[in-house]
Amino acid sequence: MPTKAKPSKAPERLRVRKTYKLYIGGAFPRSESGRSYPVTGSDGALLAQAAQASRKDVRDAVVAARKAQPGWARATAYNRGQVLYRVAEMLDGRREQFAAELTAAEGLTDAKALSTVDAAIDRWVWYAGWADKYAQIVGSSNPVAGPYFNFSLPEPTGVVGVLAPQDSSLLGLVSVVAPVIATGNTAVVVASEQRPLPAVSLAEVLATSDLPGGVVNLLTGRVGELAPWLASHRDVNAIDLTGVAAPDRPPLQQAAADNVKRVYLPGGLDWADDPGTSRLAAFIETKTVWHPIGV
Amino acid sequence: MPKFEYAPAPESRDIGRLKEHYGIFVDGAFRDGAGEATKTINPANEEPLAEVAEAAPSDVDDAVRAARRAFGPWSALPGRERAKYLYRIARAIQERSRELAVLESLDNGKPIKESRDVDVPLAAAHFFYYAGWADKLEYAGFGPSPRPIGVAGQIIPWNFPLLMAAWKIAPALACGNTVILKPAETTPLTALTLAEIIAEADLPPGVVNILAGGPEVGQAIVEHEGVDKIAFTGSTEVGKIIQRTIAGTGKRVSLELGGKAANIIFEDAALDQAIEGIVNGIFFNQGHVCCAGSRLLVQESVADEVIAALQARLLTLRLGDPLDKNTDIGAINSAAQLARIRELTSSGESEGATRWSPPCEIPDRGYWFAPTVFTNVSQANTIAREEIFGPVLSVLTFRTPAEAVEKANNTPYGLSAGIWTEKGSRILWFAQQLRAGVVWANTFNRFDPGSPFGGYKESGFGREGGRHGLEAYLAH
Amino acid sequence: MARSEADLRRFLHGLPGVDQVGAEGRAAGLFTRSIKTTAKAWAIDMAISMVDLTTLEGADTPGKVRSLCAKAMRPDGTAPAVAAVCVYPDLVATAVDALQGSRVAVASVATAFPSGRAALDTKLHDVRDAVAAGAGEIDMVIDRGAFLAGHYLQVFDEIVATKAACGSAHLKVILETGELVTLDNVRRASWLALLAGGDFIKTSTGKVTPAATPPVALTMLQAVRDFHATTGSVRGVKLAGGIRTSKDAVRYLVMVNEVAGEQWLDPALFRFGASSLLNDLLLQRHKLATGVYDGPDYVTVD
Repeated sequence: MPTKAKPSKAPERLRVRKTYKLYIGGAFPRSESGRSYPVTGSDGALLAQAAQASRKDVRDAVVAARKAQPGWARATAYNRGQVLYRVAEMLDGRREQFAAELTAAEGLTDAKALSTVDAAIDRWVWYAGWADKYAQIVGSSNPVAGPYFNFSLPEPTGVVGVLAPQDSSLLGLVSVVAPVIATGNTAVVVASEQRPLPAVSLAEVLATSDLPGGVVNLLTGRVGELAPWLASHRDVNAIDLTGVAAPDRPPLQQAAADNVKRVYLPGGLDWADDPGTSRLAAFIETKTVWHPIGV
Repeated sequence: MPKFEYAPAPESRDIGRLKEHYGIFVDGAFRDGAGEATKTINPANEEPLAEVAEAAPSDVDDAVRAARRAFGPWSALPGRERAKYLYRIARAIQERSRELAVLESLDNGKPIKESRDVDVPLAAAHFFYYAGWADKLEYAGFGPSPRPIGVAGQIIPWNFPLLMAAWKIAPALACGNTVILKPAETTPLTALTLAEIIAEADLPPGVVNILAGGPEVGQAIVEHEGVDKIAFTGSTEVGKIIQRTIAGTGKRVSLELGGKAANIIFEDAALDQAIEGIVNGIFFNQGHVCCAGSRLLVQESVADEVIAALQARLLTLRLGDPLDKNTDIGAINSAAQLARIRELTSSGESEGATRWSPPCEIPDRGYWFAPTVFTNVSQANTIAREEIFGPVLSVLTFRTPAEAVEKANNTPYGLSAGIWTEKGSRILWFAQQLRAGVVWANTFNRFDPGSPFGGYKESGFGREGGRHGLEAYLAH
Repeated sequence: MARSEADLRRFLHGLPGVDQVGAEGRAAGLFTRSIKTTAKAWAIDMAISMVDLTTLEGADTPGKVRSLCAKAMRPDGTAPAVAAVCVYPDLVATAVDALQGSRVAVASVATAFPSGRAALDTKLHDVRDAVAAGAGEIDMVIDRGAFLAGHYLQVFDEIVATKAACGSAHLKVILETGELVTLDNVRRASWLALLAGGDFIKTSTGKVTPAATPPVALTMLQAVRDFHATTGSVRGVKLAGGIRTSKDAVRYLVMVNEVAGEQWLDPALFRFGASSLLNDLLLQRHKLATGVYDGPDYVTVD
């Protein structure tokens, strides 16, 4: 005999779930391969399907980064600093959203998630302030032995491939991306494979911060599949191998040698530490100019 | 009647949100100073703008006490937190930029296009720039853990009121100092509006104190035992008084004083741009610029050509209402300054130089002085030696580079100099030879928060701007 | 005046240099002038009267040209007529016919426009055809290749020959400043064209970007000013390519006023080569008259 049905509660409001896409040239395309892969939280629950980038996406991202690089380098350092500060403003406005994503992705407590987001915002502000100062600490006029004015200036190296940290999906990510672009480089970033969602949200922040399209390009997917294409790409000037486990780095370093890429290997990886200037220095070329002095 | 008559293009005065009454800012609060209330006037029409309840020495005592108390916590804050306060202030200046520009033009007399395009944007940029140093001091080349000095007393002039406030406050705060700032007596309004911005940024009370007032307030600040460092921009005469006053007290001091800059034009200069450089050098801000190119040193072989081109160019300068967007030359800041300019200029004629001005319609009311060019000036003339601080150019000639350097350096001042030539090696040679803190080559009157500015000799010592600008606010 | 290659080179290379940053700064400063109300109304009408309304497309037909001419004569109810219509040589006759009885001039491009890459005889033939068909103004192109290779006398002689082929038509010399690139080259090419007898110097063909830019216009206005001061002869400037808004047109009139002088505020000495600029001028004119913003439905396509 059927039991009398319980009085039903009003249905919960259905959420509009985000589609997680790539960020290339200022737009959010799906992978040209049409693939995606499941992303689970620290508790194993399914969080979302993320786009699984292909080598062609890497190729397109490098094209976008190269296209954007001259304009970004030509912007005044003040302007770059302003744009980076605006990114920090947008990040701060989404503080709670990022904290929730970190809790889901990394299993952090609410308090730890918030303090991590705050550290990421402050790190971004720190790098914003370097844009128009870095040249003042590494540049110099050099007192050569002759009637010549001689000066050395830092210039951006160009397009930088960045393998973002696997574990620290926001603070670590920010710590590897900001120093690349503060000095006028553009970046092709491969996010943490298991924890890509905060990176996609960061891309949304970048897209709303007056950052020109192509300055940062973000790919999600299998690091083992994408890294070799980035490391061997001849139109990439430098590569940061932070997100690749140490045993897997040598073949990438060998591939990078094909066009004499500058290869950055990370030192200590406590993202809470003062970053120092090594990441700023890593993607800089030094130009020295001579000019006679006379009437 | 000109063919193309530019109709009046007035900026709206209301945007300046002028208040009837302004108080001083001490320990995070606005209040009336214990001094006399004065009226600050609009030099373009001599009408009162607002009442200002000026400070007295007792207010200086309160401000110093507040600054001393605030210094401990402020200097103990991590640099990244101090940075964020400064970023807030920079942002707020940008948001209120139009209001500040109008207020500046009303109070100072300078054309709105200058306050809008130069003063206010640079002020915001200064705060942005120094915000970024607050958490990077250990990289600045002053040792592994630079410390602030303490409480800084800062006295600024009337020629760039808001910008000078930014030049002083931003680096001081970035380094962890606290501040008592006194704007010039004739131009307090933008500094007091900056105080509002600072309060809205939630800066801890006492970190910045802004006291409007006259010389006795300045003196009280300079002499106060609780002030560790004095930063002064103004006349060489007062700079010397300050330097004498603090002798033996252990107080640190930085001075940015007067100038009599030479603007040197060679026969191979890019002529049209050199003419712009001359005009910009002496007529920007009505010549009320310490680094103004007030002496034109032109190579004798092209002197006639340059002077003729300059006179033709000056015919297009528009003198008038500072709030009109097409005004190039605004009002002289005060009756006193106007009298001084007139006195020095008449000495030019009596000492034998040839005076010329483009025809200018001078308004009935207000303090005005037409752009003036003296030719046949020699090094010994008063107008070639004394800082006039007005739109008056003295033209001298030279034959050789060595002679140009000699004449350029032949002054007790040494703030800035200009050199116009297409030859790179000559530019660098002159840069080496000129005894001036700022050398402009093929440009003039360019400023940037990243570019150190300051003088040699009696133009003062210390630099503002750039990494070098931190030195004045860090303990040795 | 006979000139040797060496003389010409010495003269042109001896002209004062142009500092790019300084020139851009001066142009930007002039562009901050705020032109309102009566001044704006005057400037808009003056700008309309200075337009060379232009169509230079491969797809041009007599019908298109007739439509353009109607617009040129009567842009809209109360606006003044434009200065001239500018077309390819084979459409000059159509334009002359359509503009009968009006004061709108007929300008023709010629000399293997836009590239100028043809034998001199061919280019002069082009000019004579246009003149014979009734063109009162000829817009020629200089040989940029020859200029950049330093063959100044060749460029000079071609302008002289073209001027001769013009008869009584006035000659505008297109420098194609986008291809000359530097302001020093713009200054030299301007003087070269003026010395060779050009009545006007003109920035561009409109087929290459960048075309007219503020520092280029500044340099060319300084050239005609200085040429007048040196020789007493008054020549004109035409800005073509990339000027689409009334705001820009008015700003350029400010530049003419303050750099060359008010004598040049005259269609006989200053022109805008444009197509879409005219409609923007008309829209701004409407707004000044009615006080409200207008839209494209309220101006005609030509």
